[in-house]
Amino acid sequence: MKAFIQRRLLQFLPLVFGICALNFVLIQLAPGDLAEVVAGETGQVEDGAGSAEYVAELRHSFGLDVPAWAQLAAYLKRLVTFDLGYSHRFGAPVGDLIRERVAATALLGVSSLILAVGVGVLLGVLCARWRNGRLDRAVSAAMALCYSVPVFWLALMLLVVFGVKLQWFPIGGMQEVGIEAAGPWAQARDVLWHLVLPVVTLAVYSTAVYARFTRASMVDTLQEDYIRTARSKGLSELAVVFRHALRNAFLPVLTLIGANVGELLAGSIVIETVFSWPGLGKLTYDAVVNRDTSLLLSLLFLSSLLVMAASLLVDILYARLDPRIDIKR
Amino acid sequence: MSTMLHDVNAGLAQGTDAPLLQVRNLQVWYPDAAAVQGVDLALRGNEVLALVGESGCGKSTVAGAIAGLLPAKVRIQGQILFDGRDLLREPEASLRALRGAQIGMIFQEPMTSLNPVLTIGEQIAEVLRRHRRLSAAAARARAIELLDLVRLPEPQRRVDDYPHNLSGGQRQRVMIAIAVACEPRLLVADEPTTALDVTIQAQVLELLSSLRRQMSMSLLLITHDLAVVGQYADRVAVMQRGCKVEEGTRDQVFFSPRHRYTQGLLEASLQVDPELHYTRVKLAEIRHTVDPDSGAHSFGFTHQERLAPAAPPAAASPAEIPAAAAPPPVLEVRDLLAQYSSRYGTISAVKNVSFEIGRGETLGLVGESGCGKSTLSKTIVGLNPAVAGQVILDGTDLVPLGGRALRPHRAKVQMVFQDPYASLNPRLRIGDALEEVLVVQGQRDRAERQRRVRAMLDAVGLPQTAARRYPHEFSGGQRQRVGIARALILQPQLVICDEPVSALDVSVRAQILNLFAELKREFGLSYLFISHDLSVINYMADRVMVMQKGVAVETLARDRFFSDAAHPYTRTLIAATPDWPRAPVARADAAQVPDRLTRFA
Repeated sequence: MKAFIQRRLLQFLPLVFGICALNFVLIQLAPGDLAEVVAGETGQVEDGAGSAEYVAELRHSFGLDVPAWAQLAAYLKRLVTFDLGYSHRFGAPVGDLIRERVAATALLGVSSLILAVGVGVLLGVLCARWRNGRLDRAVSAAMALCYSVPVFWLALMLLVVFGVKLQWFPIGGMQEVGIEAAGPWAQARDVLWHLVLPVVTLAVYSTAVYARFTRASMVDTLQEDYIRTARSKGLSELAVVFRHALRNAFLPVLTLIGANVGELLAGSIVIETVFSWPGLGKLTYDAVVNRDTSLLLSLLFLSSLLVMAASLLVDILYARLDPRIDIKR
Repeated sequence: MSTMLHDVNAGLAQGTDAPLLQVRNLQVWYPDAAAVQGVDLALRGNEVLALVGESGCGKSTVAGAIAGLLPAKVRIQGQILFDGRDLLREPEASLRALRGAQIGMIFQEPMTSLNPVLTIGEQIAEVLRRHRRLSAAAARARAIELLDLVRLPEPQRRVDDYPHNLSGGQRQRVMIAIAVACEPRLLVADEPTTALDVTIQAQVLELLSSLRRQMSMSLLLITHDLAVVGQYADRVAVMQRGCKVEEGTRDQVFFSPRHRYTQGLLEASLQVDPELHYTRVKLAEIRHTVDPDSGAHSFGFTHQERLAPAAPPAAASPAEIPAAAAPPPVLEVRDLLAQYSSRYGTISAVKNVSFEIGRGETLGLVGESGCGKSTLSKTIVGLNPAVAGQVILDGTDLVPLGGRALRPHRAKVQMVFQDPYASLNPRLRIGDALEEVLVVQGQRDRAERQRRVRAMLDAVGLPQTAARRYPHEFSGGQRQRVGIARALILQPQLVICDEPVSALDVSVRAQILNLFAELKREFGLSYLFISHDLSVINYMADRVMVMQKGVAVETLARDRFFSDAAHPYTRTLIAATPDWPRAPVARADAAQVPDRLTRFA
């Protein structure tokens, strides 16, 4: 087990560096940089010569006036020492910026993951057990809708209907100003309150994916010979479906969850922007808009690490749940 | 016919003691077709009733109906009385209380019948906790006892193993442990040993039969294997196309069968009998025909035929020909070493095997799963590289050849595979599949190719129209004919048949074996005939080679095989093959017995 994890981590190393270099190149290829954005905001781009000087000055202070390969070398060198750099846009070290916001995104991501897996798997199981029944048909239709609705549109609709019109939920942010004063329980309640709309929006698509996938996997599993064996023992339907079938049918779903973590992160960019959720997604959006290279690179680096960690975790979990997989070798 | 038999059974059922299980006029419909049409059965305490028939006859559906395990979409009518209660009218909850407690079940596929993510201990304990309300610790202790009872070695340690740690035979022992855990009164075994090797089959049947006596259970044994029936059943019921056509004591059914289908089934069955050899006898054939207009089924069978004793020289056993006079062998394998690679690593599957096959000779190759017989055949045809040794086909060593150099030699040796369902490309018409082989071998003339395809289809007994059809339009036996045509169209000198009849029913098996014998006479073929079934080897082979764990342990002439085999493994194999029952000495109706069967008297 230990050897397996060590080997996998070693495999990650070159991958991480490759991804970082690729990210850097991609950002370089995009036109414009932070200096132009800042100069544009100060209104100095309008007049000719003076503005060019100002942009050059900004470039120099941001460290953008050296050749691209030198910037890349410097970036990778800093990365080895876990120095994520300085965000000139926000005027703060990138590490601090990320640290401040990572909890908010983790809360959003983990909640919606739990919601999507829980609801999706349960719906999938029920649909498979009563295949082609009324529930199965209704859920299939609903899931097709969830599958195809654009996330940003759904976010806005929920916001308008439940936030603005019905006013059941707050329209943005993570908590009310000054709620800390009311004590930790009131604060937790308030955060949960704010969490509902963004989590639901983020979970809708993945729920549909898990429900469809679980259903397909369960339909296959329920036809296995060992399910017949379980029935021949006189077990209750609950034991047959959950203890015997779901434990086997869940394995491919687990693989899917690992692959979906990255999508969750991508989804959070839109959701956090719409719901003004103070997390990494919003930060990523700001970094892109402002051409804040060092911040953006760090965020991309972080998300690639997260995806790799998720895949490692899924492999370990898989081996735990499936005795046929032996990761000692 | 069947109504008459029903009356007979009604009489039997009203015997002295009330039967434990009584099936009355059972009818089962699947959404598209009727599966069982009016079956009556009666099983008394302590009795073994065998339900026999070919695939699709409805025997497993009867078992499923008794156990209440048929899918929800089927429609069932009739009565299934277990201990006086009609199982078809009991609520699901009380059926669940019976299943596993009063009625135990064993299925055909030990490899897939156990849950792969639960330990075998958990799977046995589960049924005890459900029905006996044992605590976790007590159930575990009892599970260990049960594993000991089914003679699984080291039960203390094995109880925490997962199914994938066990062999097929061991898994079937675990299945039996689950089935008998609550000492049920009825055990339903649906083809319990069909997927197992001969020696394992003998052990498992022996175990089942001793446990049955020990716990005084009744056994409903569902099988297609008449030899197994002959050895273990008290009474036999024969099913054909959803109907029971015959029922009686074992001796009645075996030695004075009343129904023509039973007679045909018995005649078409193979047994280890020195007289039954392809040079001497043409097997009886059962043929099912469907009228294309009315859709009505009919069946007929031809009796066994004794062939003219003046066999052509090609068919004479080369073992009897002096070595100096014999022509050079078709195939000579010398010190062959071959490996088998899987994701679990590489193993030496064939270890220094040497043998030869003479022209016109059939070498039977016997061995159990994993003995290396399939790797050996793949290595000979060049599908698997040899590590060392020589494969001399018609004077040329194939081992050093590869790619283009090997291609012309490939035509000289062809293979017929076990599974006729999986070995034909479903998207390719039969004619195209056969033509493709000729194209690969450089036959450019399209008209000539098609002429040869038609001639080949004719030779294997398929209609000319078969060329335009797809594999799914054919039955298993017909597909195996296509497989044989594909092998023979290149006019090979040697045909390797890898378990070619194991997946086929008794009646179809006889047809295909007759075809192999005819084609051999017609084209002077040599066969390497691989089978795990000694009765098939007994019929087809001139010489027999036995393989165990990659080593050829013994090679003997077929006529001396059953008497002179010396190697302990060969003796085990012979002993494990079920004996055909011997006719009772005193018999009143001897006159009714067909000719062939009098031999046993």
